[in-house]
Amino acid sequence: MSVVLPYLLSGISVGGQYALIAIGYTMVYGILRLINFAHGDVFMVAGVMMVYMCASMPWYIAMPLMIVFTVLIGFAIERVAYMPLRSAPRMSIMISAIGVSYLLQNLVAYITGGLSQQYPTIPFISDSINIGPANTKVVTVITPFLVIALVFALVMLINHTKIGMAMRAVAKDYDTAQLMGIRINSVISTTFVIGSFLAAIGSVLYFSNYTGVTYTSGAMPGLKAFVAAVFGGIGSIPGAVIGAFIIGISENIVKGFEAMLAVFGINSNIGIATFSDAVTFALLIIILVVKPTGLFGEKATDKV
Amino acid sequence: MKNFKKVASLLLAGSMLVGSLAGCAGAAPAPGADSGDQAAAPAAASGDKVVKIGVYEPASGDNGAGGKQETLGIQYANSKTPTVDIGGETYTVQLVVVDNQSSTEKGPSAAQQLVSEGVSLVLGSYGSGVSIAASDVFKNGGVPAIGVTCTNPQVTEGNEHYFRICFLDPFQGTVLANYAYKTQNAKKAYCLSKLGDDYSAGLVNYFVEAFTALGGEVVEESFPEGNSDFTSYITNAKSQGCEVFFSPVSIEAAANIVEQAASQDLGMPILAGDTWDSNVVCGAAEGKNVDICVTTFYQEGAVPEFDNGLKEYINGDSTALANNGGNDMIAAVSAMGYDAYYVALEALKAAGSTDPAAVQGVLPSVTYEGVSGKIAFNATGDAERNTAFVKKVNTETGTWDFVAEQSI
Repeated sequence: MSVVLPYLLSGISVGGQYALIAIGYTMVYGILRLINFAHGDVFMVAGVMMVYMCASMPWYIAMPLMIVFTVLIGFAIERVAYMPLRSAPRMSIMISAIGVSYLLQNLVAYITGGLSQQYPTIPFISDSINIGPANTKVVTVITPFLVIALVFALVMLINHTKIGMAMRAVAKDYDTAQLMGIRINSVISTTFVIGSFLAAIGSVLYFSNYTGVTYTSGAMPGLKAFVAAVFGGIGSIPGAVIGAFIIGISENIVKGFEAMLAVFGINSNIGIATFSDAVTFALLIIILVVKPTGLFGEKATDKV
Repeated sequence: MKNFKKVASLLLAGSMLVGSLAGCAGAAPAPGADSGDQAAAPAAASGDKVVKIGVYEPASGDNGAGGKQETLGIQYANSKTPTVDIGGETYTVQLVVVDNQSSTEKGPSAAQQLVSEGVSLVLGSYGSGVSIAASDVFKNGGVPAIGVTCTNPQVTEGNEHYFRICFLDPFQGTVLANYAYKTQNAKKAYCLSKLGDDYSAGLVNYFVEAFTALGGEVVEESFPEGNSDFTSYITNAKSQGCEVFFSPVSIEAAANIVEQAASQDLGMPILAGDTWDSNVVCGAAEGKNVDICVTTFYQEGAVPEFDNGLKEYINGDSTALANNGGNDMIAAVSAMGYDAYYVALEALKAAGSTDPAAVQGVLPSVTYEGVSGKIAFNATGDAERNTAFVKKVNTETGTWDFVAEQSI
């Protein structure tokens, strides 16, 4: 156990951070049938904003402000880049999403000069702690609990509030929901607001652990979170969360596989750590071949 | 089915477009050179002749920070000596700076841009991978290049147009291995490189050769592109009982590694090559419990006039200050960039012409006494260097402490 524990801890923590991004992907897909490629970059922009804001104000003011701004950015992206395309073919809106993604990346590249920025140290969650044989940051330990709490709150919102019911209705049947008098634009905006809010929280947790923020920092976590959402069955929130944890844990176990074997006296030299991403994506292929809708996916949705 | 046809025809049209563009790129030098002349026209009108020196450096991407510091050294040298006498006439030196984005895919087109601009020679790049990627473009364009801090042997091997003024990885790897084994007393080393990165993979390779030859043991691993989670690699190093963590990767990854090593209490010294000689690394290590040593080209304080001049230049310009990472600590790559510029001027003087072919012809015999030491090229086009500086991060002040001057 003491051998596996550090890897599990890293995996659970990074998995929780992927989960927060994956929820944004999966909710938008559930409602708009759109893969919001800009979502990973919203996450990165949240990180960059925190870096710049912490330079001029204390973190406890910067953090709520950063979350508000990230939510506003998510909202604005939907209004400017996706809403005018609501009746356009789905391919057009996806291209628009890719466009927004590159726009955000290039804007940040311009502002930061393309250089890596050090994420500010946030008291308490950036502190080191000991858990048995493993040294890690407090954030690693908090992440899974925070994720579970947030997901619980989100599920409550979706199942027991009026806006939640509207969201479910829109996800079920877009046109009929509209006919029934649901204000579709406010439902979609709410979805983007929730997604961006979770991405902002995710960015605080992620960048507190992996402190370099660059304009491409959103790409890899975004991709992994997207994979997690597909893995869990896109459109399903619990699916996205479980998918994210599985991906986070499996990639860290793969990275440490040989070291673990070495501790048990088996010396191998296959260099499997190099293939941590490859193994993760191979896992995705296997799951999709066996179960094309993902772990918790609804049947008979038309995929893009 | 109808849709499929549409998509297929679009794809076909797209590929044809790309094909025709690629054709253009091949034919580009002539019109490109023309526009270059036009750009030079105003300067010529004011009575000056212009010679162009290409600066092929990353300003973004993984190596952006280092590339900017190297460019800074070149620009400082240019501001100090903006003219050169070639064949009895005074030419104004114009720097043509392009960004290769630290990417081996985008590098060649940036290099092509320099060739099209009609530069007499090229300086750069920071990062061996992009230099190797652009080598053929310079070769086909007939432009000689001087590598400033690209340490991989393949940059200059087997060609006549690429030169370099820094030491090489077989040398640097051996120095590092000796330092780890003899000075730090490490018998087992953990080596982490980036997958597909010529620089880190090459340096790790030479380190491993030298370290195992000394009788040490190594664990080698590499991480994929875009990875910023190094926690598991750090755990691997700890759990396998390694005594030194050798990771000569890009500065961006370095900042993450330092941070995560500190929070996970790595408990062994971190060792790296010339890339880590950066104020980004110092900044990340400040106030943390880490032990970081690097080998590098230049130690701040070796030539005080140069240090002071460069500091003044950096502090006098907010862009320069931002490019240097926000403070005036002098990076070794800036010193190297500074020297490279003067080597380029020497070559132009010796050639007596701005013709790239003439410059390439005289480059092998050019010598120069720079701030980083004496520079002379051997048969492969590499500088003959036999010392590297070992520096260590002072985690209290966030600056570099000089440790030793190390030869093999």
